[in-house]
Amino acid sequence: MSASFDEMQAAPGLVREHYAAYERWLARQPGDVMRSRREEAEVIFRRVGITFAVYGANDDGAGTERLIPFDLIPRVIPAHEWSEMERGLRQRVTALNRFVYDVYHGQDIVRAGLVPAEQIVGNAQYRPEMIGVDVPGGVYSHIAGIDIVRAANPDGSGSYYVLEDNLRVPSGVSYMLENRKMMMRLFPELFSQHRVAPVAHYPDLLLETLRAVAPPSVNEPTVVLLTPGMYNSAYFEHAFLAQQMGIELVEGQDLFVKDTFVYMRTTRGPRRVDVIYRRLDDDFIDPLAFRPDSTLGCAGLLAAYRAGNVTLANAIGTGVADDKSIYPYVPKMIEFYLGEKPILNNVPTYLCREADDLQYVLEHLAELVVKEVHGAGGYGMLVGPAATKAEIEDFRAALLANPGGYIAQPTLALSTCPTFVEGGIAPRHIDLRPFVLSGKTVQMVPGGLTRVALKEGSLVVNSSQGGGTKDTWVLED
Amino acid sequence: MLSRTADHLFWMARYVERAENTARLLDVNCQMALLPQSAGAAINGWKGLLSISELSGDYAKRYGEITARDVMNFMVQDESNPSSIVSCLGAARENARAVRGTLTTEVWETQNQTWLEFKRQLATGGFQEDPSTTFEWVKFRSHLSRGVTMGTMLQDEAFHFLRMGSFLERADNTARLLDVKFHAVESEFFGPANGSAEGDREGHEYDFYHWSAILRSVSAFEVYRKAYRNVIRPEKVAELLILRADMPRSLAACMNEVVGNLRMVANEQSQDTLRRAGRLRADLRFGRIDEILSTGLHAFLTQFLERVGTLGLGISRDFLVPV
Repeated sequence: MSASFDEMQAAPGLVREHYAAYERWLARQPGDVMRSRREEAEVIFRRVGITFAVYGANDDGAGTERLIPFDLIPRVIPAHEWSEMERGLRQRVTALNRFVYDVYHGQDIVRAGLVPAEQIVGNAQYRPEMIGVDVPGGVYSHIAGIDIVRAANPDGSGSYYVLEDNLRVPSGVSYMLENRKMMMRLFPELFSQHRVAPVAHYPDLLLETLRAVAPPSVNEPTVVLLTPGMYNSAYFEHAFLAQQMGIELVEGQDLFVKDTFVYMRTTRGPRRVDVIYRRLDDDFIDPLAFRPDSTLGCAGLLAAYRAGNVTLANAIGTGVADDKSIYPYVPKMIEFYLGEKPILNNVPTYLCREADDLQYVLEHLAELVVKEVHGAGGYGMLVGPAATKAEIEDFRAALLANPGGYIAQPTLALSTCPTFVEGGIAPRHIDLRPFVLSGKTVQMVPGGLTRVALKEGSLVVNSSQGGGTKDTWVLED
Repeated sequence: MLSRTADHLFWMARYVERAENTARLLDVNCQMALLPQSAGAAINGWKGLLSISELSGDYAKRYGEITARDVMNFMVQDESNPSSIVSCLGAARENARAVRGTLTTEVWETQNQTWLEFKRQLATGGFQEDPSTTFEWVKFRSHLSRGVTMGTMLQDEAFHFLRMGSFLERADNTARLLDVKFHAVESEFFGPANGSAEGDREGHEYDFYHWSAILRSVSAFEVYRKAYRNVIRPEKVAELLILRADMPRSLAACMNEVVGNLRMVANEQSQDTLRRAGRLRADLRFGRIDEILSTGLHAFLTQFLERVGTLGLGISRDFLVPV
């Protein structure tokens, strides 16, 4: 693996300009002050109940609540880098929304020969129920989380790459907001020394986005947030966002459909619902249309949706566009729908369904990252350079059995950022998830959620696998 | 507001109140146990406590013989007992968590902090070392919970369901507390049943300590002196805790709050519940203590508890889980 790009230091002892003031400040802080700040942060997070539930049983029993480790050292992005990234994100998400529209309408992109038809109709996330359905504003993925990493170039500079598009129910934005609140509470002086772009207006932008996509006949839309309930790992975020927007946090049992309109049960009788920000996967959203054993959704919701009487955000069927097998086609989509050159890089990707690519992948397993096309959360992947021989052979067998189920990418040396660990401050790998909102317009707050792999050398930043988070600063000029 | 949300709020408030009153009840029993008395009388106190909480059966199944230590454990830290303080604080916190978006940050954090801290006290042995301090602490956390609700919540439906929960539960708990003597010594009101050889004098002494302990348990000892400027007399204590609307833990005061908050959330199907609540309140407002005592305190309290139970069911049916 080549040396990684460090966000703070260009070379040992040489601090990058946008980190200079922070680094000087950090050098002046006695170690015990930082330690006590860290403890303080943990106490506050626990009291506030910023926890996530862990899936499955473990030693502490199922349904335990854990804190996501929070790191005190911010990830800093200079203004010019962010403005470029923002343009790229806007472009990419716009094209992806156009693509989903196209998938469920004319499939122009297939007819143009750019994306193979079986990649779409053969995709498990493809929803024929959505064919011909028109959604307000043609927007499908109202809330998109785009995972971005920075990798080192041979000349020592770094380039951003999009690693993954999350167009279904991306989560993590509450940590972005809480991390900032925590930093401002712990280190107010830092914020007077730096011009850090604010992020606290995210819930406002989100509400504006959701209201903008209400069914056109509704003047004052009632917006609700649909959660799978308090035992879901992201429940804190659902409750937090509903509260910040002042909307009802509903569960499936609170909703019912009558004559293709959706209502919620209230203390004053049924009340019409116009927009549902749902944090529930397609599969569970309507037992009449999808998984019949789901008790989390609302029977008849799809029918109400298809009738145009309620808006779902995100739309049903967006998964067809964020699948790892569709990812390699995104640059072509941008050119096809927008007639523009892609601003953000894709990571070069080998499609194992294609014979040449498969051949190459099998020969280079030890160097590549191999991912399941439908995997998420860092599960079902092979990181070649870090894997044992046995793991590689297991994956080889799986690959040969089902080549279409996998893609492979070169191992990117994710950039590192100084991080507090047991032994002091040390570099750890990070990524970035900006949240892109599409309603009447495309908007976002500067930055996003920075996740950090706390284990030395680890590239897996997911909170379910020992990842932590950092505050993300976009410095205004 | 969502019916499910209202349900969580109502029960969150009820559980907080129940935890507080359980702490009060246990505290008064601990105090009573310090008085010189026969071992049998002390056990009777604990027996009565289980009986008014309708937990005698559950206790017997788990522990068998009644001992002060086991009853305390059962009522404080036994998670298999849904009315134990740990269960109540846990349930209050779970209900709060389910609707944390409806609560102000302060209300939620108070609830969460109470639960975390109580678990810590149990784990570190703080409770076993000094039960009294723990009971005092539970009471103050409950004060804080209500205070933070009053001080920060918008006075909308959410607020009214919280208040309704607090006062319906308190009405129930105060009534049970008043009935404790009946359950302990099966004496209607004055003195122990089957009067001992010593007769009146001993009975009178017992009454004084019993009723003043009851007053202390509802923080009303000084209030009593102030209101009556008199020695502790059972019928006056009963009057204070049943009929005095200016005594915040009395049945009358609780029903005033229940009716007031119920009115604020009234809907199309709640007329009957409102009527029942109004009638119960009128009985207290226009009732007289000598009348109540002439029909029997225990009979009166039993009937009151039934009516409060019916009221709770009505509130559930009309607002919380409508068909």
